[in-house]
Amino acid sequence: MDVLFLLVPMSVLLVLALLGVFAWALHADQFDDLEREGERILEARPPELDKDQPGS
Amino acid sequence: MAVRSAVVTEGAGPAYDDRAVRMFTLAAVVWGVVGMLVGVVIAAQLTWPELNFGIPWLSYGRLRPLHTNAVIFAFGGCALFASSYYVVQRTSQVSIFLPKLANFTFWGWQLVIVAAAITLPLGLTQGKEYAELEWPIDILIAVVWVSYAIVFFGTIGIRKVRHIYVANWFFGAFILAVALLHIVNSAAIPVSMWKSYSAYAGVQDAMVQWWYGHNAVGFFLTAGFLGMMYYFVPKQAERPIYSYRLSIVHFWALIFTYMWAGPHHLHYTALPDWAQSVGMVFSLVLLAPSWGGMINGVMTLSGAWQKLRDDPILKFLIVSLSFYGMSTFEGPMMSIKTVNALSHYTDWTIGHVHSGALGWVGLISMGTLYHLVPRMFGQTRMYSVKAIEVHFWIATLGIVLYIAAMWMAGVMQGLMWRSVNADGTLVYSFIESVKATFPFYVIRLAGGVIYLGGMLLMAWNVVKTVQNGRPTPVRIPSLARTAGAAA
Repeated sequence: MDVLFLLVPMSVLLVLALLGVFAWALHADQFDDLEREGERILEARPPELDKDQPGS
Repeated sequence: MAVRSAVVTEGAGPAYDDRAVRMFTLAAVVWGVVGMLVGVVIAAQLTWPELNFGIPWLSYGRLRPLHTNAVIFAFGGCALFASSYYVVQRTSQVSIFLPKLANFTFWGWQLVIVAAAITLPLGLTQGKEYAELEWPIDILIAVVWVSYAIVFFGTIGIRKVRHIYVANWFFGAFILAVALLHIVNSAAIPVSMWKSYSAYAGVQDAMVQWWYGHNAVGFFLTAGFLGMMYYFVPKQAERPIYSYRLSIVHFWALIFTYMWAGPHHLHYTALPDWAQSVGMVFSLVLLAPSWGGMINGVMTLSGAWQKLRDDPILKFLIVSLSFYGMSTFEGPMMSIKTVNALSHYTDWTIGHVHSGALGWVGLISMGTLYHLVPRMFGQTRMYSVKAIEVHFWIATLGIVLYIAAMWMAGVMQGLMWRSVNADGTLVYSFIESVKATFPFYVIRLAGGVIYLGGMLLMAWNVVKTVQNGRPTPVRIPSLARTAGAAA
């Protein structure tokens, strides 16, 4: 079952990469005000963008 | 200012670029009809094998991969392209990144579909389930998919809203995972233009194939359509998702556990026993995030259940979630080795797949398309709302006939195959189990014909809606305001 020497390390690397993305999301304040984010898509005219939004 | 890069409509501010969304939306409807029609043909061939007509190009073995490729990658794929391009622009409040590349993904994907429709009936195949296409087409798929990733993540990169909405996380995971799966599983040595051999051999190849196969279900048919669910259920219900917090947990739990469920397709084979057990355990663990997501979607209507009575599009979306819940319960149960000993190689598997495919993937796509089509053509609703209602009931009836027939057929086959006489000989020959399955094949065919009828009704409704409307650009709300303030 040599192929497991490809698939298992690949899965481990993938999980580490996912942990990295999760850490980024956490530090980029993606999870700061979660219930607010659920409502944003329903607003026809979104409120003023936050001052620190990228691109504003 | 970033506004300059966006499409500008008659002095009214920048708009979303929906050309690719519009084309993919219509293509999804067309391929839905084609793929389901081929499904009906092969269901009829299983019932009455004479319908192969002795013509190799129309034989079951060649049309079956055409059916699966058409419904999964053509119908489902186009619906995913359309909805992801639509959702990523709206939730990022920005026009699509590299619109020309987005249009290329449309024409490239259509070329893949047409190439599949030609090569599969000709018998050109790599023989890997859901990855049958030969190496030149595989390369085209890889090119289109990388372009898709550039357009999607580029749009996220230029977003005007800091938070990345949960639907985009699901779409993003789907795009990246499918790229990885496709490249690893399609590795092959070409020997001529239309023939290649897998880079792996024997049970190694089987393991890679089902690592791919199950994750294709997990990321293409689940994560992608969950992205759809997390945007279109709240939009259609006009209520935020029941718990946004739970949706984040759903996402991370799902993607951390999916990758190792594949070995459950290889129970009792040459695959090492421990790998089979790992596959079973991960499959059972998956029940938790799956049901969390299902409950999250359905409970969005909590306190507003009357909407379900009045709005046929919501019926599509919410009932699709109940099929998601059903098949994500059934799947882990079937992955238990003792249950699998009965269910594997029987039509129970076919029933399970179709409760997921017709019920979850089909209904959520149809609900999404009914939401998208009028908006893409400057209308507020579909030409006939009554027809959506009729479609919903037709589709549901078709699914129930289909899966109930396959459950009964599957359990019956499993029990017949394992019956032994006191002296250890088999009670039934294989052909006796085939004969006993005949009535269930007839019922399954009826279910399929009914489901296809619903799809034809949808195609008529879409044609009428498109005829009454015209492509209308939609302005970007926050940018319009910024532009207005600057003027």
